[in-house]
Amino acid sequence: MSILVDKNTRLLVQGITGRDGAFHTRMMKEYGTNVVAGVTPGKGGQEIEGVPVFNSVEQAVKATDANASIIFVPAGFAGDAILEAIFAGIKLVVCVTEGVPTLDAVRAIAVARTHNTRIVGPNCPGVISPGKAKVGIMPASAFQPGCVGVVSRSGTLTYEIAANTGEFGQSTVVGIGGDPVIGTSFIDCLKMFQDDPETKAIVIVGEIGGNDEERAAEFVQQYVTKPVFGFIAGQTAPPDKRMGHAGAIISAGSGTAEEKIRAFQSAGIDIIYEPEQLTERLRAKL
Amino acid sequence: MKIHEYQAKAIFSDTGIPVPREKLATAPPEAKKAAEEIGLPVVLKAQVLVGGRGKAGGVKKAEKLEDVESIAGQILGMNIKGLEVTKLLVSECVAIKAEFYLGITIDRARRKPVLIASAAGGVDIEEVAKKTPEKIIKIEINPLLGLLPFQARNVGMALLSEAKLATEFTSLALKLYRLFIQRDCSLVEINPLVLTGGGTLLALDAKINFDDNALFRHPENESLRDLSSEEPKEIEAKNAGLSYIKLSGNVGCIVNGAGLAMATMDLIKRFGGEPANFLDVGGSSSPEKMVTAMRIILSDPSVRVILVNIFGGITRCDDIAQGLIQAKNEADIKVPIVARLVGTNADRACALLADSPVLSATKMSEAVKLAVARAKEAE
Repeated sequence: MSILVDKNTRLLVQGITGRDGAFHTRMMKEYGTNVVAGVTPGKGGQEIEGVPVFNSVEQAVKATDANASIIFVPAGFAGDAILEAIFAGIKLVVCVTEGVPTLDAVRAIAVARTHNTRIVGPNCPGVISPGKAKVGIMPASAFQPGCVGVVSRSGTLTYEIAANTGEFGQSTVVGIGGDPVIGTSFIDCLKMFQDDPETKAIVIVGEIGGNDEERAAEFVQQYVTKPVFGFIAGQTAPPDKRMGHAGAIISAGSGTAEEKIRAFQSAGIDIIYEPEQLTERLRAKL
Repeated sequence: MKIHEYQAKAIFSDTGIPVPREKLATAPPEAKKAAEEIGLPVVLKAQVLVGGRGKAGGVKKAEKLEDVESIAGQILGMNIKGLEVTKLLVSECVAIKAEFYLGITIDRARRKPVLIASAAGGVDIEEVAKKTPEKIIKIEINPLLGLLPFQARNVGMALLSEAKLATEFTSLALKLYRLFIQRDCSLVEINPLVLTGGGTLLALDAKINFDDNALFRHPENESLRDLSSEEPKEIEAKNAGLSYIKLSGNVGCIVNGAGLAMATMDLIKRFGGEPANFLDVGGSSSPEKMVTAMRIILSDPSVRVILVNIFGGITRCDDIAQGLIQAKNEADIKVPIVARLVGTNADRACALLADSPVLSATKMSEAVKLAVARAKEAE
């Protein structure tokens, strides 16, 4: 097993004819992901990388039974694209697009809840269950099938951490996204990893800003019985500056790395200060 | 994006939220003229994009006309938390019966807007929330329905005993929510919202932050941007699609991805060095972007070494290597460069850099240690 995506995932790519959409469709197919359809309004009837393109998500779902979608459309249209997927009955929507207006994300997430749809992102690298399916933009070479579940707010840092799980590999790696408002939280993933028999240990990769990590720590303390490791980026970040991610702002003394590390420690989470230390720590606990 | 109080008040005024009579001034004689028009006494308020200006002496009352010029002279040119005061707001002095707090922002955890109100206004609301949380009213707003009249009314009745005033509050709160949504704000705040001696509600202060991600659909906000409060190099970086923040150390960093960039800075510090900057080259990177990144970093005279840490996904390592070579050809770079390039097309990048003086490493820790050592040698 794994979480969110696997061999049963029938993927639809929204924005498939764009530069990034087309490139990653090829990469995901090469990885073995079952990409069944693409959507770009006005380009229906074409084929990209052997994948049929449709004008609407509704048409694509009708023709191909797609059950998950990945979104590459530009920021101004991403909110609409998520809603289109939700209303067409898609139950997992991964939004890679960066720079989506916060209120668009808020609205889409509110609608997703009423339709029982899970949104991952926006502004995220996606989800990979190594050896099964890759629904995202991550480089395949950093991932190996195995038993460590990784959940992260970052992109490249996620690859760095995953690459350091050594011989243990990963069950699923979820990049939840760096924006202040995201569809899937650390807690959502922790719950799924705890319930997934294949996952033997969990790594949380957090960063400054907000208090998602603190809430994740509380959850770990109450519900998670598997070993949990934590990494926090941004210990040297100056306050009140947006460090690339919209969510990564420390303001008014909350959201600091120090507070997050303290919360992790008090929940019994094993803190990793250098990504390369992870392999050793996993060996010690597994 | 933050805007000044006077700009936020102009927006309030357009929205129908009452504000005091006031005028902007950039020189003491102008302030005096404004005070004459408004009528004494007046309050002079420094316009800077940081909090805590009151404590820093940036807000003062002037009773007499001859005091206005001298106080304006003290405030203008003042330095508040690194920002020079170039504008001040001359505001009518209002008799205050009660002070409230009213704000709307996004609750990240609940993923929806929240209205926050308190009868303890005029002070630091985060302090109130920490010390006396029972004094804070928090209303969750369903983003699909918006702030509902009954919600606003219930808050109004909790804060104000008089029915007429509660109705006035309801109308004001609904206007504030409409503004929050229409202009894609991340925060709108009135602190304090006052009940005047005359028995009406008035926004004595105003704060509006816009969602940076939504600026593309609000061209009207561009003219409100105060570039003087932004680091010129950070603006140059932003225009080139890079995210740069200057810090005080000597190890220049070029990294792809914000999380990895922060982790790299942390590791530099952990191994005894000091990062000179945060720089995220972003996703799909062209060699040209690298050249710009190098130029921005090298314009900081304290940089002793450049550390390039790339985990290629969308970013291709050969683009990064190409950019490094191009930058070296275009300018005589004296500081050593340490590069750690892994992921997409790393092998091609290695081949490209084989004959260059760039120091390479395969592990992140190795690269950081090497860079820190070089920076120390050069000091």
